[in-house]
Amino acid sequence: MIAQLTFAYLAGAIILLSLLVISTKNPVHSVLFMLLMFFHIAGLYLTLNAEFLAAIQVMVYAGAILVLFLFVVLLLNLKEEVAVKRFVVRWQYGVASALAFFLFAILALQSFVAGPKGTITPELIKAETNTKVIGRILYTEFLYPFEIVSAILLIAIIGAVSLAKKRLRSEQ
Amino acid sequence: MIPLQWYLWLSAAMFAIGIAGFLIRRNIIIMFMSIELMLNAANVSLVSFGHHLQDMRGQILVFFIIAVAAAEAAIGLAIIIALFRNRTTTYIDEVNEMKG
Repeated sequence: MIAQLTFAYLAGAIILLSLLVISTKNPVHSVLFMLLMFFHIAGLYLTLNAEFLAAIQVMVYAGAILVLFLFVVLLLNLKEEVAVKRFVVRWQYGVASALAFFLFAILALQSFVAGPKGTITPELIKAETNTKVIGRILYTEFLYPFEIVSAILLIAIIGAVSLAKKRLRSEQ
Repeated sequence: MIPLQWYLWLSAAMFAIGIAGFLIRRNIIIMFMSIELMLNAANVSLVSFGHHLQDMRGQILVFFIIAVAAAEAAIGLAIIIALFRNRTTTYIDEVNEMKG
């Protein structure tokens, strides 16, 4: 019963906050609603026995990515945003396609059949801790993708610096 | 024990809200945040699948998605800053040189 109530609270809060994210006038409020939503998603991960991901969600999403968003919003100083119109001209089509996707996803989920269960039971996680299990699989089975992710992050750093830096006078 | 379907419905709803936000907002920063919303919806479904099927690969995929989202946020915000420097706007319907 408590599990259902927790899920209902978290799901309701996530839906409400994400609706606020896409509908508020002020981008700063939008970012702050998103921050609150990420905390609720971290709470949802805790109910799914994913403590490591809950911590990563708070640290990377709430701590790094949203601060980056907030910096850009404040840097661009969009004062007139509150006055101008928020939505594109044909916003009805956007809402209609989102609703169509939602209906399609719900209908497709009806025919979902779960495969055989794996070996990582909750008892094993309880005995060995979530982080240790993740680390063991990440550094053995997924070592190669892990290295590729490090390359992606390096490329992102280089790309962000070269895109956002001011052009030198000699280059123009 | 909460059924898997509930988590998947929540994920589908989040993804739909992300699609709507991406399509209807004029501000490119909010559109970008909608992309993050959609990535989070995928993360929620992956974690719930992993929990339900008692497999750790779902959580590892989420780990990779978070890393890619961080890279994407850095690149995307750099693009927004470059756009703002050239056009002094963050509204995508005012950036229409390509007549797309």
